[in-house]
Amino acid sequence: MTHRGSRVLHVGSLSRVEGEGSLHLRIRGEEVAEARLAIYEPPRFFEAFLRGRSYTEPPDITSRICGICPVAYQLSACRAIEDACGVTVDGQLAALRRLIYCGEWIESHTLHVHLLHAPDFHGCANVVELARSRRADVERGLRLKQAGNAIIELLGGRAVHPVNVRLGGFHRVPSRSELRPLEEQLRRAREDAALTVRWVAGFEFPEAGCDHDLLALAEPDRYAIESGTPTVMPAPHTAGLPATSRRALPTRTFGVREFGDHVVERQVPHSTALHARLDGRRHLTGPLARYAISGRLLSPIALQAAQDAGLGDPRQGVVCRNPYRSIVVRAVEVLHAVDEALRLIDAYEPPPRPYVDVPPRAGTGHGATEAPRGLLHHSYTLDAEGTVTDAVLVPPTAQNQDAIEEDLRRTVQEHLRSGDPTDAELTALCERAVRNHDPCISCSTHFLDLTVDRAGGGH
Amino acid sequence: MTAEPRRRPRLAVWKFASCDGCQLTLLDCEDELLGLAEQVEIAHFLEASSASAPGPYDLSLVEGSVTTAQDVDRIHHIRAVSRRLVTIGACATAGGVQALRNYADVAEFQAAVYARPDYVATLATSTPISAHVPVDFELRGCPVDRRQLLEVITAHLAGRRPAVPAHSVCFECKQRGTVCVTVAHGTPCLGPVTHAGCGAICPTFGRGCYGCFGPSDSTNFPAFVPLLRRDGMDTLDVVRVLRTFNTAAPEFDAASRKELER
Repeated sequence: MTHRGSRVLHVGSLSRVEGEGSLHLRIRGEEVAEARLAIYEPPRFFEAFLRGRSYTEPPDITSRICGICPVAYQLSACRAIEDACGVTVDGQLAALRRLIYCGEWIESHTLHVHLLHAPDFHGCANVVELARSRRADVERGLRLKQAGNAIIELLGGRAVHPVNVRLGGFHRVPSRSELRPLEEQLRRAREDAALTVRWVAGFEFPEAGCDHDLLALAEPDRYAIESGTPTVMPAPHTAGLPATSRRALPTRTFGVREFGDHVVERQVPHSTALHARLDGRRHLTGPLARYAISGRLLSPIALQAAQDAGLGDPRQGVVCRNPYRSIVVRAVEVLHAVDEALRLIDAYEPPPRPYVDVPPRAGTGHGATEAPRGLLHHSYTLDAEGTVTDAVLVPPTAQNQDAIEEDLRRTVQEHLRSGDPTDAELTALCERAVRNHDPCISCSTHFLDLTVDRAGGGH
Repeated sequence: MTAEPRRRPRLAVWKFASCDGCQLTLLDCEDELLGLAEQVEIAHFLEASSASAPGPYDLSLVEGSVTTAQDVDRIHHIRAVSRRLVTIGACATAGGVQALRNYADVAEFQAAVYARPDYVATLATSTPISAHVPVDFELRGCPVDRRQLLEVITAHLAGRRPAVPAHSVCFECKQRGTVCVTVAHGTPCLGPVTHAGCGAICPTFGRGCYGCFGPSDSTNFPAFVPLLRRDGMDTLDVVRVLRTFNTAAPEFDAASRKELER
């Protein structure tokens, strides 16, 4: 076997991710000296220009951070501002918020599963190529995605940057009969989602594990989506390579208001996005974390589909730690979201008013929700007239960046030890390792609170 | 003599500073996506494909605004390798929400957001694509409308001008039969000065239009702004609503400056 010397591998533009980033690997002999996910997406300064805006504006403005998860931004912003103003939105208005969020989970996850991630497992460059051999699977995915968009369009007016979400609820709420046409589409979608879980469960998954701490919102009685308490499941402390499945460990929680005390961002030279750490440790948010922490609360058909797909039973304390299997967890979450949407529509009674009043007051508020790709935290400080004086947004990709880089390092290290991969093979491996996490790179480039990492600086 | 197989037009999709929402609108054409892929060769579309072929391209769709020095070079290159160049969305057409920096001291913005601003290279402005290279067609919207996007692409395939109306949102409310929120409820609404295309969604949900498609072809701000004031907006409210997603559109920019001079 030939011994390769030092080499540098640079992937200039990551594909099939949202936003623009690149990868940089430095290898000395058989050791990975450095693995970096560099985000060169230009900064857009959201936190800076939110200052001076009216407190009614962040739901519309911050949705423009990401065209793929605008509902996540709208609802994290609403929750944070309502928290500052001392208002709670509950009952049917909260149910409608959960319903539109289910639409976003279905749409965004299905986009990732079928259009961005599945081509990897079939050696295809894109969904069009995949459709040549798997036409029925792709068409089923497009139909499922359409069902997610249909929910957002009905409740929000349009699929990208919906217009109907506002502080306190909605500008207008639907009647029962307006929701009815969704039911038939969603019943079909439930079949499609169940078939999708079976389809992706049959993919070939590389043996892999991760030992990141897991962070997700949790609720006592349901799978957390639009609200919940930040909950941490620590990494197992066993030596050696982590197994793909592990036993659940006891969790700890902290209040949404203490988020900034635990999740701390720092700037690194190679990226316009900040790196966040949880109590000083690397952590992961998103589907694997949610399934580990709340999996037992999935709807019965989603839980059964997860068992059948080989994810392990969260009620028995089994945790999936293989990042490649995140595509299966996403598919299970789509099935859950479709099921949940049908349940919410069935139980829907129009509320007496489309929104509750949110009078301004001075103070700081916090809000967190589960964006499809992970926990999204917002906080705003308002003056007595309701003008925003400070805004801090912590998106999932910033939190996952350390975990993604560790996955990259580990993947490359294992392949260097077990063979002599070419640069092209390493590139493909690395892109797959990044796509496992569905990073939302547009989201990750605007932060405010940070500590300077002078030791790591060197400029 | 056998005829050569018809060459499919080559499509490229490019991203500058943006949220990806307008590119996503193309992927949201679930019913048309696979059919479209048979009509065109998707030669470059990073969000959707890891295969990328070099130009020239018959049609380049450009999302996002120009905010870095490298972006300036990149858009000149894209123009050079594209037969037709169409901008999609408010960022590419009017600088986007990130053009709010144009009114601020960007060094201060940078220092506020980043502990080490020297790590981050950015221009002092966010500018539309047309500020740098000739553009063949500009499609409005934050985000663009799915039907209009398909119309622009199919018009190109057929070699005709896209049928995208330039009138105001008010026309769409009338077409839809939506009761005017300003007349009936005194709700401030930017419909009279905003470019049509969304289908007048906001008024059907009982809220005023907030101008996400930018200015319509003929605007009359001296007549319009007093209406906003009558319905309860003060100077700051008027400036804020004009300075949001299409802040660098010349008509909105001029009207907001005039407000501040009052």
